[in-house]
Amino acid sequence: MRRLLAARAAQAVAVVAIVATIVFALTHLAPGDPFATAVGTGELHPAQREALRVRYGFDRPIAEQYVMYLRNLARGDLGWSFSRSRPVAAALAAAVPNTLLLMGTALLLSLALGVAAGLLQAARRDSAIDRGSGAILLVFYSMPDFWLALMMMLAFAYALPIFPVSGMIDPVMHEYLGTWGRIVDRVRHLVLPATTLTLLITAAIARHQRAALLDAARADYTRTARAKGLSGRAVLLRHTLRNSLGTTITLVGLMFPALLGGAVLVETVFAWPGMGQLATSAITTRDYSLVTAAAIMSAVMTVLGSAIADVLTAIADPRLRER
Amino acid sequence: MSERREEAAPAMSRAGDGDPGPWRTAVRRLRRNRVAMISLGVLAVFVAAALFAPLVAPYPPNAQPDIVGLARVAPSWSHPLGTDTFSRDVLSRVIYGARVSLGVATLAILLAMSAGTAWGAIAGYAGGATDAVMMRIIDAMLAVPRILILLLVLGLWGNISLPMLVFVLGLTGWFGTSRLVRERVRALSTQDFTLAARAMGARDLRVLWRHVLPNALSPVIVAATLGIGNVIVLEAALSYLGIGVRPPHASWGNIIEDGADQIGSAWWIALFPGLAMLVTVIAFNLLGDALRDALDPRDERRP
Amino acid sequence: MADPLLTVRDLRTTFATDAGLARAVDGVSFTVARGETVGLVGESGCGKSVTALSLLRLIDGAGRIEPGSEIILEGKNLIALPEREMRDVRGNRVAMIWQEPLSALNPVMTVGDQIGEVARVHAGASRREARVKAIEMLRLVGISAPEQRAAEYPHQLSGGMRQRVVIAMALVMSPALLIADEPTTALDVTIQAQILELLREVQQRMGMSVLLITHDLGVVAETASRVIVMYAGEVVEESPVREIFSAAHHPYTEGLLRAMPRVGATGGRLAVIPGSVPAPTNWPSGCRFRDRCPYAWERCEREHPPLYQVGAGHLSRCHLAVEPERRARPHVPLAAASGAGAGR
Repeated sequence: MRRLLAARAAQAVAVVAIVATIVFALTHLAPGDPFATAVGTGELHPAQREALRVRYGFDRPIAEQYVMYLRNLARGDLGWSFSRSRPVAAALAAAVPNTLLLMGTALLLSLALGVAAGLLQAARRDSAIDRGSGAILLVFYSMPDFWLALMMMLAFAYALPIFPVSGMIDPVMHEYLGTWGRIVDRVRHLVLPATTLTLLITAAIARHQRAALLDAARADYTRTARAKGLSGRAVLLRHTLRNSLGTTITLVGLMFPALLGGAVLVETVFAWPGMGQLATSAITTRDYSLVTAAAIMSAVMTVLGSAIADVLTAIADPRLRER
Repeated sequence: MSERREEAAPAMSRAGDGDPGPWRTAVRRLRRNRVAMISLGVLAVFVAAALFAPLVAPYPPNAQPDIVGLARVAPSWSHPLGTDTFSRDVLSRVIYGARVSLGVATLAILLAMSAGTAWGAIAGYAGGATDAVMMRIIDAMLAVPRILILLLVLGLWGNISLPMLVFVLGLTGWFGTSRLVRERVRALSTQDFTLAARAMGARDLRVLWRHVLPNALSPVIVAATLGIGNVIVLEAALSYLGIGVRPPHASWGNIIEDGADQIGSAWWIALFPGLAMLVTVIAFNLLGDALRDALDPRDERRP
Repeated sequence: MADPLLTVRDLRTTFATDAGLARAVDGVSFTVARGETVGLVGESGCGKSVTALSLLRLIDGAGRIEPGSEIILEGKNLIALPEREMRDVRGNRVAMIWQEPLSALNPVMTVGDQIGEVARVHAGASRREARVKAIEMLRLVGISAPEQRAAEYPHQLSGGMRQRVVIAMALVMSPALLIADEPTTALDVTIQAQILELLREVQQRMGMSVLLITHDLGVVAETASRVIVMYAGEVVEESPVREIFSAAHHPYTEGLLRAMPRVGATGGRLAVIPGSVPAPTNWPSGCRFRDRCPYAWERCEREHPPLYQVGAGHLSRCHLAVEPERRARPHVPLAAASGAGAGR
């Protein structure tokens, strides 16, 4: 087991390094530099721009910049964010937890709902429940994430004004609310974005879980279990389910980049102050340091996510522990 | 997770064999599947509407007849899907938008499938260090959310043309396919018929091209059908964010963008293009599932 | 003579397939006495495995046991039992083991847990009690260091050990009948011998009956006291084991015996029964073996042979029982003459 972790860690570092390099290449291949927009809008005088360029090393040869970049990364120095006038690390530190809150909530809910739905469908295979829920799941699986977000907003924030339209907290009232009030406020703001994400992810998980269960049910050990005198339900829950969870967890690990992408869009629609918002605004303002940091951060999160998924799968399936 | 019979490689059809071959059996199975045929029909309608847009759309997509009087009109007989901020007919824009959205997605996925197949086939067939390195790169690329890469590239490069958009979409979408192909190629290249071909003296490239590849293609086709929905949504998302297809060209995504700000008041602008997308993606998903069932040899077992 | 433990009467099991109704088991009857080991022999496709599954009513999907079949165990007709009571029988009064132990065991559960599960289901044992019982069973089947082994997973054990685990699982509740479907086919020859020895030991100790299903007559010779030969969904011969080898009656059994490779025999080709088993969706009229039989004559096509008595405890489904002189005039079987090779 320890060797598994060590191997994963090494892989993770390699992946992050490659991603960092690619991001560096992209940002430096793109036309212009961080200060070009500012000059365009008249904020910066061309001479000031030149001075800033020199100061931040943009005039040095690319190779040198690359080495500097890697060195800074390794040290944890993420640079300065022009658009936010604070260290990049601070901007990230403010945004990442919000995304984690949103994604984490959605992921946990989806796993529970998805596995349950898959179980129900597999247990009542080909029944009306199976087909009906299958159809509903297909619809959510096929839905564009940002559109669902908009429709949720339309339905539950405008048509039926139950939930707030956007943001994470009430911009005006939050400070004046008591502790309980603040918690309720946060929860109310979390509901729509989290529900949107949950609906989308549950669909993917349920579809997979059903297939995994039906697959596992074909195996010989289910026949053995029945020959031992176990009821159909006991076989499903005690044998088939345990064998199918491994693939589901792996799937979630593989889905992580897509999950993050979905979160980005949902955040944008609901103005949720997380990584998604950070990334989109950083790109439009050409805040290079922030952009690269955001990209690398998402790579790190993805790698961590799939590493955790791998470890969980090894716990679920003892055959994988030997590697 | 338990022992299962190894997936047999589909028998390859040779002329005059008598055996219909995997492709024809697949087509036959597909024809029998009602859901698949309905999906195909729906998609055909959409594609036809897109191709013949000038004939089908009731109004020109960019016409702004009366910004004052006709803007933001709710769905009515003369404008079944309503009008948008600039008094443009939403239905016509959705039809023309289909052109862009479907066209971009199709071309992008063709590009992605070709690139992915090539990369995966080479890696799978070569094996060893080449394979390891090639796959490591894939791992890295898969670690970053695709939309972020797209945001990066499109955001940094500013205004890009439609062909460039297709190119970028395609180039970010081939990683998963390459893994798929590599698995298949690896499995197939150790099977007997490949070894036999090589024993007969066929050169590697020829073996790869004529023997291994046709068998490896079926998962690619399934993946392409299932994946095209993804690309459609992706392009729409980018257009929604303002960095994909830009106005005045209509794409389902930027129509939604127009409608997003006024979702509370003029809900029809954002609703209908999304609905069109939903129907399209559902159809592709159903078709893809049916294709997978039709091409998968394992399904022989079902009574 | 005491009442038999198991009486199977006119068992018919069918499957609905694309090609029609497959009559996999078509009127099979036999008995198993207490403490007896009966060998059920036949090629693949003859219906022996389906017979076994039918005994435990583990037929599902497109298959069903036809009404009119009777499976009487310890006085109760298993066919008529409600499912809940049937579950009480499975793993408890009747246990079954299969050919491939790796796939028969759940890969993500420890072997101890899997063995203990039987005790928890049927004896209401607690986790600890089940654990203790599992270790006891492992010791019973000859696995050393049972406490350690109980905590291991199937993939960590060798093939022979796995099969012992499977046997241990079957014996937890000291069943009256053990059905073993090709228990040694997937194992090395040396391990085969060990497992058969283990089965013999256990059976003696527990007074258990065993229904041993196999295609290997050699295995039967070692362990069974009576042999039942099946072909095309029917019983074609039944006799005490010695007699099968010294005085087999049915031409099919003869063919099987001839086809057994003999140690020490040199040169020559292995004798093969020409033709192949007919499809269960379309059993031929009359005797189902006639196309492959060297003695068949027109009666065999016309009249489906019943089980004739040809000796003490010896039955044979062959018209040679009433026209034995035909045995002196063998000919080339129809299947060989028409050039139908092996394989469908």
